[in-house]
Amino acid sequence: MKAPAFRYARPESLDEAIALLVQHGTDARVLAGGQSLMPMLNLRLLQPSVLIDINRIPGLGEITPHAQGIEIGAMARHAAVLYSREVAQAAPLLALALPHVAHLAVRNRGTHGGSCALADPSAEIPACALALDATFVLRAAGGERRVPAREFFRGLYETALGPDELLVRVDYPRAQAGWRYGFDEVARRHGDFAIAGLAAAARLEGSVLREARLAFFGIADRPILLRAASREEARARIEEVEVAGTSVYPAAYRRRLMGVLLERVLRTIAK
Amino acid sequence: MREPRARFQAVGQPLPRAGTRRLIAGRGRYVDDIALPRMLHAAFLRSPYAHARIVQVDLARARAAPGVLAVFAWDDLQAVVRPWQTRSAAFPGLVSPPQSPLARGRSAWQGEPVLVALGETRAAAEDALELAEIDWEELPAAVGLERALAPQAPAVHPGLADNVAWSKETLGGDPDGAFTGAALVVETDVRLARMTGVSLEPRGLVADWDPAGQVLTVHYSHQMPHQMQAHLADFLGLSADRVRVVVPDVGGGFGVKMHVYPDEIAAIACAVKLARPVKFIADRLESLASDIHAREHAVRARMALDAQGNILGFDVDHRHGGGAYSVFPRGSPVESSAALHLVGAPYRFAHFRGRLKIALQNKAMTGQYRSVGHPIAVVVTERLVELAARARGEDPLVLRRRNFTPPGATPYLNGAGQRLFGVSHEACLQALERLADLPRVREEVKAARAAGRALGFGVACYVEMTATGAEAYGKAGVPVSAADSVSLSVELSGALRCAASVTEIGQGVTQAVAQAVADGVGVPVERVSVHTGDTAQVPHGGGAWASRGAAIGAEAAWLAARRLRGNILAAAARLLGADEESLELHEGTIVDPRGESRLELSELAHIAAFRGYEFPEGFQPQLSVMHHYRRSKDLFLPANGVQAALVEVDLDTGLVRALKHWAVCDCGRVLNPLLVEEQLRGGIVQGIGEALYEELRYGEDGHLETGTLAEYLVPMAAEMPDIAVAHVQTPYEGSSLGAKGAGEAGAAAAPAAILNAVNDALAAHGAALKALPITPTAVLEALGK
Repeated sequence: MKAPAFRYARPESLDEAIALLVQHGTDARVLAGGQSLMPMLNLRLLQPSVLIDINRIPGLGEITPHAQGIEIGAMARHAAVLYSREVAQAAPLLALALPHVAHLAVRNRGTHGGSCALADPSAEIPACALALDATFVLRAAGGERRVPAREFFRGLYETALGPDELLVRVDYPRAQAGWRYGFDEVARRHGDFAIAGLAAAARLEGSVLREARLAFFGIADRPILLRAASREEARARIEEVEVAGTSVYPAAYRRRLMGVLLERVLRTIAK
Repeated sequence: MREPRARFQAVGQPLPRAGTRRLIAGRGRYVDDIALPRMLHAAFLRSPYAHARIVQVDLARARAAPGVLAVFAWDDLQAVVRPWQTRSAAFPGLVSPPQSPLARGRSAWQGEPVLVALGETRAAAEDALELAEIDWEELPAAVGLERALAPQAPAVHPGLADNVAWSKETLGGDPDGAFTGAALVVETDVRLARMTGVSLEPRGLVADWDPAGQVLTVHYSHQMPHQMQAHLADFLGLSADRVRVVVPDVGGGFGVKMHVYPDEIAAIACAVKLARPVKFIADRLESLASDIHAREHAVRARMALDAQGNILGFDVDHRHGGGAYSVFPRGSPVESSAALHLVGAPYRFAHFRGRLKIALQNKAMTGQYRSVGHPIAVVVTERLVELAARARGEDPLVLRRRNFTPPGATPYLNGAGQRLFGVSHEACLQALERLADLPRVREEVKAARAAGRALGFGVACYVEMTATGAEAYGKAGVPVSAADSVSLSVELSGALRCAASVTEIGQGVTQAVAQAVADGVGVPVERVSVHTGDTAQVPHGGGAWASRGAAIGAEAAWLAARRLRGNILAAAARLLGADEESLELHEGTIVDPRGESRLELSELAHIAAFRGYEFPEGFQPQLSVMHHYRRSKDLFLPANGVQAALVEVDLDTGLVRALKHWAVCDCGRVLNPLLVEEQLRGGIVQGIGEALYEELRYGEDGHLETGTLAEYLVPMAAEMPDIAVAHVQTPYEGSSLGAKGAGEAGAAAAPAAILNAVNDALAAHGAALKALPITPTAVLEALGK
């Protein structure tokens, strides 16, 4: 199939992009890396009247470390984030997760902001943002607002982004001493959307888990954050989650995988 | 003409394919690369329902859409094209109503073409279809295999008493006696899900009707140009000589591209009706929904053995979900019929009962996908063999060896009616034991299990019936050619130009043909060019199916080459005043008995072209030949082999990982080991896909749930194991080259090897699987988790 006709705008600045968003509202779609949007257009699942291509806006893809953390611009490509030494130091969980994001060709085009703004429930980066308590910076005509990850993801392909807002960057707090990170997912083939996955941040004393932020993905309409002060509590929390299933991967299977992932990730973290 | 002993120089050598250089450099020309002036693009509106009546169609808005020349329903096309109906004397009583290019008042499967739009662009055509208004009245659909065959099932087509498309019962020997007197009977039921071929390049064509010359040219991504030439002439009421089918570079066929598809015929009919070129390229959604599907088999099988562990016979009850129609022209029973009769093929047995029932369903048609039927038979047989060995407490390889059909040229006729000769099971198994270093693999499995990992090793022996003879389709009244023709000429440069009726679809058959020609004439292989695919340029023949390129196509080329060689030497002898018997043709040079160069082939060609008077009075050199070859005995050439798989099952997640795969194949004389090995690897990858990933799932209402490659999982490089290959060669004695088919053998045994390996891993945990693909949830369910 081919995409239906749409108008194409390529703003050169953030202000121009936001003016276009204000003008077109829900009729517009923002084109970043296009790795999900273009297939959706070609499948005619989306039929926007305007495509706003933000690829030429200067500075949107920058990765900026600072004392408290690291800012990842919305247009930063997955590959750039994956191979960034600063990201590996400030937010090591991202470096663990990104090799699981699709394949090389997709990672070369796909963007950090695009993945978050799309909010596919099986995507890796939203789960990492949740586990790391990242902050989403949204720009509108009136200025910027900051939305914490736990409030950003609202449901299946649903976020806190308003129709006249643009996600400009994601701010990650710097990894704290004593915290360790782990990532794993279960998929039939490498690069597939996960049947279930876990992005985890954990504080251990020796090999004893003291505090954990466990972001499970692929198991509900959005990534789900579980906080636990012990391994036992984490296991108990998994039982409380409302897990979504399909005929191929029923909820019970996904819940089982959550337990398997918890054990595997915690084992890796404790090493 | 004397026939000096053939010396193989190029034949048997692992020469890289000359044609790939062009493809790698981006100079390939696939059908979608072809653009003709005034060309329109066809897009189809397909039935959203598995079964529905078309109450009313309003095309006014669609036809008014910008950039759209026409929107047609069936009524608009019937003046130029007629429907077709699948009939075969091989399947008497087959129920398959007539098919038309566009639905006639009713759709019988989701994805059936209903309307066609012709636009300046594909996008414009698709836009127009969104404006077409159709009132549908949904009808009850028969979808699942068992449910379609149930007594109260909705009729797939109106007026049918039941949904049985075809059934048969076949008997060999005394199965009742064999099972009554058996010391051991093992039993299994096996299910194989629907899947399809997924060629990298989808189906597609550009059709061009020339009303002035009254000639239809169709550039067609297809395996059989001559077959389509005949069908198109038939459907469009043209003489076949007015239809030219041109097959450009093809990105894979796998059996998908050898049938008649309604959408393709509709697009061609539009080109005739509008007298403008029309392009139709199936996209991936259309491919998954409307390419022929394969499999959807449910088999219940028993095997009887005597007290010494000799196989006595099989009793097989086979059900097959055929889809809404039987694929034209071969018929959908080909796959299940082959599967039924191939049960037990590697082994001696005298008694057989087979029952087959094929269901009509409100689903896409099933047809012949790579290794037609064989993978099903191998899964059934090799599962039973493993069960029997376990029940007897013996090594399954010992049980296999005891029962192998004998080697040698004398045919062995088994209880299921298969005629087997020239097979080499024991030699292949020994080669596998060396290739895989079996004791080391067994140690590896043992050590891994001790460390808590669930590794499994599985073996599958197989027979692949290749290079089908003329009696199969000829006697069935189906115009599918089992012969091949080759025209071969000496060009002025001394190079050879070969036009062959085999079709190059990416498998490299032109390289095998070139090597046969090079040796047959006596020129370097680089001096041979092979041209295929254009019915206006190449002589009539079968094309690409049934692993026939080497056994039939290359044999035809070899025979043509030997004749041309004779003609060349006869001409040279006249010119040189030498004794014809004393001359040889070596590396493109005519040499005398001492090996002294006497005449270059290019010089001979020049003399023939420009200075023919130098020949003796009355002599006319014939530096071109045409040769037709049809094997006159042996309906099939049985190739055989064995595969083994090492897998790891993740007992927590249910995921299966293929760790290593081994294949030993005896396809007779190997014309080019690189070609054979890559055919095997490709087939094995498709077999691993069948075993672990691929499934076309329909909902109960007949809605295809795996309509994109996000849901329909194909095997990907990252998950594929290393595949080691070895050859055993038992040349076919009835031909000069001795080649049998190799193109499908990889796919034949890989699913069974994987299934046996997974079950080996699970046996220690008391679990077993018997359905493909092996899903993680099925693994956990079998483990009771």
